[in-house]
Amino acid sequence: MTNVLELRGITKRFPGVIANEKVDIALREGKILALLGENGAGKTTLMNILYGLYKPDEGQIFVRGREAHIHGPNDAIALGIGMVHQHFMLVPVMTVTENVMLGVEPTRNGMFLDKEKVSRRIREISDQYGLEVDPNAYIKDLPVGIQQRVEIIKVLYRQADILILDEPTAVLTPQEVEGLFKIINTLIKSGKSIIFITHKLKEVLAIADDITVLRLGKVVGSIDPKEATTEKLASMMVGRDVNLVVEKKPAKSGKPVLMVENLFVRDERQHMTVQGVSFEVREGEVLGVAGVQGNGQTELVYALTGLLPLEAGTIRLLNEPIRHTSPREILERGMAHIPEDRQRHGLILTFPVHDNLVLCTYYKEPFARGISLQEKAIFSNAGELVKQYDVRTPNIYVNVGTLSGGNQQKVIVAREFSRPIKLLIASQPTRGLDVGSIEYIHQQIIKKRDEGTGVLVVSSELDEILALSDRIAVMYKGQIMDILDADKTSKEELGLLMAGIHPSDNKKTK
Amino acid sequence: MSETATPSKQSNGGRSSLAQELLVPVLAVVTGLLIGAVVIIASGANVFDAYGALFTGSFGSPARLVEGLQVYFSTGETRELLRAIYPFTESLVTATPYIFAGLSVALGFRAGLFNIGAEGQFFIGALCSAFIGYSLKGLPMIVHLPLALLGGALGGAIWGMIPGYLKARFGAHEVVNTIMMNWIAFRLSDWLLNGPMKASGFRPVTPNVLASAELPRFFPDPLRFNLGFFIALLVAYLVYWFLFKTTTGFEIRSVGANPDAAKYAGMNIVKNLVLVMALAGGLAGMAGSAQVLGVDHWVGQGFSAGYGFDAIALALLGKSHPFGVVLSALLFGFLRSGATNMQSRAGIPIDIISIIQGLVIVFIAAPAIIRWFYRLRSIKTEETVLTRGWGK
Repeated sequence: MTNVLELRGITKRFPGVIANEKVDIALREGKILALLGENGAGKTTLMNILYGLYKPDEGQIFVRGREAHIHGPNDAIALGIGMVHQHFMLVPVMTVTENVMLGVEPTRNGMFLDKEKVSRRIREISDQYGLEVDPNAYIKDLPVGIQQRVEIIKVLYRQADILILDEPTAVLTPQEVEGLFKIINTLIKSGKSIIFITHKLKEVLAIADDITVLRLGKVVGSIDPKEATTEKLASMMVGRDVNLVVEKKPAKSGKPVLMVENLFVRDERQHMTVQGVSFEVREGEVLGVAGVQGNGQTELVYALTGLLPLEAGTIRLLNEPIRHTSPREILERGMAHIPEDRQRHGLILTFPVHDNLVLCTYYKEPFARGISLQEKAIFSNAGELVKQYDVRTPNIYVNVGTLSGGNQQKVIVAREFSRPIKLLIASQPTRGLDVGSIEYIHQQIIKKRDEGTGVLVVSSELDEILALSDRIAVMYKGQIMDILDADKTSKEELGLLMAGIHPSDNKKTK
Repeated sequence: MSETATPSKQSNGGRSSLAQELLVPVLAVVTGLLIGAVVIIASGANVFDAYGALFTGSFGSPARLVEGLQVYFSTGETRELLRAIYPFTESLVTATPYIFAGLSVALGFRAGLFNIGAEGQFFIGALCSAFIGYSLKGLPMIVHLPLALLGGALGGAIWGMIPGYLKARFGAHEVVNTIMMNWIAFRLSDWLLNGPMKASGFRPVTPNVLASAELPRFFPDPLRFNLGFFIALLVAYLVYWFLFKTTTGFEIRSVGANPDAAKYAGMNIVKNLVLVMALAGGLAGMAGSAQVLGVDHWVGQGFSAGYGFDAIALALLGKSHPFGVVLSALLFGFLRSGATNMQSRAGIPIDIISIIQGLVIVFIAAPAIIRWFYRLRSIKTEETVLTRGWGK
């Protein structure tokens, strides 16, 4: 079997950091190579080198046995290398066809766009690989999973046979992930070769033919998936043994801190996305909210935190109703919130770490006296929290946007946990994070629970829900299907509920 | 002055050195002058004459200064010396309204708002100050002058607050509204100057403000250098303190940098939008006040000469930092003031300065050009977020 792509001794230095050091990787023809590594391990840099976006300081690239000099994406495309970025590069107000032809617009009579030809080709590609994409649909109307397929079509349309998928599952629901894996298999069968970049261990084991692990810019090793286990891969990635199971004692739950009754919420587009939800969260317990993304969890959390108004129903925090209550007052009553979209809601990326750590408390003693900010107190607070929560940052003055995703999340956790809180709402608390950070954040959440805080965890990762929760509520189409004890349920049962099927009555509701 | 003009570490969070901060702006100015030189050559004039005149027009002639000092020390006669420092002080006089107006636009940028209305706010501020200045009689200076200044600030603040409120309450975009407010201000001032506020005589101008409302000048005529310049510096410092050292400033910067996160953190977006527009209007209003009370002493049509629009460029050049604004206001002041001399001495049209200013702005807005031109290693600096696009 030949190597269709080989990188030898690739080194890339940025001022002050070595992003890649003497990296060797090889992609066999018709195989899937998983490139595994934590955030900041140098995976993306390496792929950007391959795609011609960066120039390596040392090393060679061989494509089908011949040395290649790639100076830009056009060179890469000419060599049959195509990249599907983690963040899609699509124009939302254009159709699939228009997006695919962007940059390679074929014309009729040298002047008119030949959309017909492109959309025919898209249909062919779509049928060949089972992508099921409508060329005339507008991107903005498509779910994320389909948008990703459009990205794949873009690459295939340009006749790539080496595909780089950068963290393709980060934005997908479990079902969409399965769909993607099916597509990947069809691609392989028709002779494509794929580099699959990820930090999710189970996916790697499920799909890869070869695994190469990167850590701190270097190749730690390559491993046959048949011999690999999640534990082994995790320790290779992190460089130490990782505890993938969250250890926790049985919950000592007390009185309810949050009571929600018959709650209705409209989303920003005025759709009623939460439809009559009731539950309670008690002191010292974790209530997990499971469900495929987009079933009203986001709006539920926004309503609880004051970011969206309630349409009907009641929310009581520590027995006080929340209705037209400002986010600030809710925070002051003792709610902490780890938001789902950390970069949109949780952080101000262009602000330094120290300011982000007082984002919710800047106006209070000791951080302010009157209207005057007390920098000394803000700095020393940051110094302590960074140490206590192990935020890896060069110092407290750098902008939080320069930190890795895991460390950004630690900044939020540090900020939210350092206030006296009665209720913690953690929404997708570990999405996109690496193994080491996930372990850490899970431990911190359980620690809060054991201190008597009520915790509401919303996650679309069933593993996470099962690892953290004492009780599990499953949301489907804006309603709670059921609330189950975590130790009396199974993944299968939860999976059915997530799909809107009640196992006990064995028929579809709604 | 230059010590205080250090962009603060907290301003952008990074620990980038001052030299790095200033590198691109300084190179942009140098490049602007170089290309300006090409234009001057193309127009058939002598570059050295032109830039020589620009220099003596903005800083004064060193030879004259030496001479003036000699005359002063030998005879005690100050006339020569005053003539020697006249260009320099005139530059500072020109810079004064630039500082105020630049701070106005910069403050808006910090909150994610694009205040194109500084020009109108300038007019309103000037008219309010003038009105208080000539109509209230018999007040001592200690009361009259602050009152006149305050009136100008308040007038500008109201003019700025209206679009701020419209944005916060109805989501009307401030760019559109501030432009409309400009036109209302222009036409309103036309009417006032031809009617209620018109001085006796033919010209549509206000009466002169009373001496008790004038900003004190430091030198005898024709030197117009006055207290306004130092008030501008003080206000720049206050704006810096407000933005970076107070809780409200923290909120304003948060709302500007990420309104979603600001809301999440419990900040009141609406309150901050209105507040910032009012403050920005007040600052632009003070630019008008300083010009009336310190320099012209009356308001006429076309009084502003585009200060409010230049202020946008200036805030960009100063990276929306109060000290950066002071520096770029000084630059604009010296260029403008020198340009007059360049025109009269070397016959170069004053518009060349507009070209140079325009070039500088282009280079500031697209630092990549400068980096490419000088083969600078691209330093990873965060792009200053100026405004959150149009609409929404």
